Amino acid sequence: MSGIGTGYDLYPTTFSPDGRIFQVEYAHKAVENSSTAIGLCCKDGVVFGIEKIILSKMLVEGTNRRVFSVGEHIGIATAGLTADGRRIVQNARQEAKNYENFTSDIIPIHVLTERLSIYVQVFTLYNYIRPFGCSLMIGSYDEEKGPSLYCIEPDSVALGFYGCAIGKGKQEAKTEISKLKLSEMTCKDAVKEIAKILIKTVHDETKEKEMELEMSWICKETKGKHKLVPKKLIEEAVEWVKGQENEED
Amino acid sequence: MFDLEKEFLYDLNKEVKTGTTVMAVTFKDGVIIAADSRTSSGSYAVNRVTDKLTPVHDQIYCLRSGSAADTQIISSYVSYYTNMFSIEEGSQPTVKKAAHMFREFLYQNKQYLHAAIICAGWDPIDGGSVYSLPLGGSIVKQPFATGGSGSTYLYGYCDMNFKENMTEEEAEKFVTYGITEAIARDGGSGGIVRKAIIDKNGVRRKTVYGNKLKKFWEK
Repeated sequence: MSGIGTGYDLYPTTFSPDGRIFQVEYAHKAVENSSTAIGLCCKDGVVFGIEKIILSKMLVEGTNRRVFSVGEHIGIATAGLTADGRRIVQNARQEAKNYENFTSDIIPIHVLTERLSIYVQVFTLYNYIRPFGCSLMIGSYDEEKGPSLYCIEPDSVALGFYGCAIGKGKQEAKTEISKLKLSEMTCKDAVKEIAKILIKTVHDETKEKEMELEMSWICKETKGKHKLVPKKLIEEAVEWVKGQENEED
Repeated sequence: MFDLEKEFLYDLNKEVKTGTTVMAVTFKDGVIIAADSRTSSGSYAVNRVTDKLTPVHDQIYCLRSGSAADTQIISSYVSYYTNMFSIEEGSQPTVKKAAHMFREFLYQNKQYLHAAIICAGWDPIDGGSVYSLPLGGSIVKQPFATGGSGSTYLYGYCDMNFKENMTEEEAEKFVTYGITEAIARDGGSGGIVRKAIIDKNGVRRKTVYGNKLKKFWEK
């Protein structure tokens, strides 16, 4: 079977003649196969929302988590191979703990992001370990500096965002996000907007099974701690989205 | 049998310690740190003009007492890490951070070390701070701290004369007289008084030479 990269795509140690590393690009494809995750940087915090496809009615709600806490003040949302994401989060937790033990300060988010970026990059160098097949969104809220949101991709590029989407429906999600006025939005409103994008724009009811919304936030209300969005708020958001649908019809 | 050489060289083979008196005190605008200048090996003064005021970062200093080798290497490590962190984070390190790094080194290696440190400086978040890190590797934040063999002679003096929020002049007098008194009474301390004033504008170093040291009750 020939693809574009044939011959130059066996190992991350080979550049193609046009300067690409195909193994890393294939890792991106793994992320694009996964369901969508969105992160929004609002006026008073950061909110993550993930479209989780329910594979079987036998699965307990909330299982197969895709948001994680690092320390108390940083949240990470993953898309792609969840196991790879969990590995990076484990590394992040170690970094955060070591930093705190050594300096008695909590790790600033841009320092953690830089360190994870360096960690992810190492796996694009050798032919005996594969690159990570996941993207991460890292978010935090600080009283003085305000909210911050970063995204790390399998090629280790880490960029700061106001609003970001990763996974299958990221193109459509990004279009919707760019229409929002994020600097004026509160986190509670963001919960509704994310629900709307995930349920209406991204999720295809004909093709895919039912979905579950997993949402978490770090905001003024949670006093800068990363917490799951209360179930009640998510249910209200889903109701609101259904109401919107009826209005438009 | 009496071995002349062995007896004569005994002192020089003893570990080099900073006999020492060091003081750090917070005042209205920052901190003032001061130290004597004697490093001894037994009863031989190896260096009579030592600089015990060791910079860790632009506005963070440490005062070293105990084994000279131990304290030098640790302050070197902490200086390295504070510089690395400040570049990584893009902001000035706090005295708290540097002090906690000292603590980590002192505590984790306590079996091998004989080192006590006072970490003092100014940062935009907490202003002037003084942290005392005694022999076992504990850490305590204090309005003022003394250390070294000469500090035993200063407990009464400090308790009676320290005030919160002193002016720079008052604080300078407080430390200078303190070190002077300790030099007079403690055999392990001597030489000149080295001072540094650390506030938001940076560090100003001063020295008071032996002949200018105030003479207290002396017969």
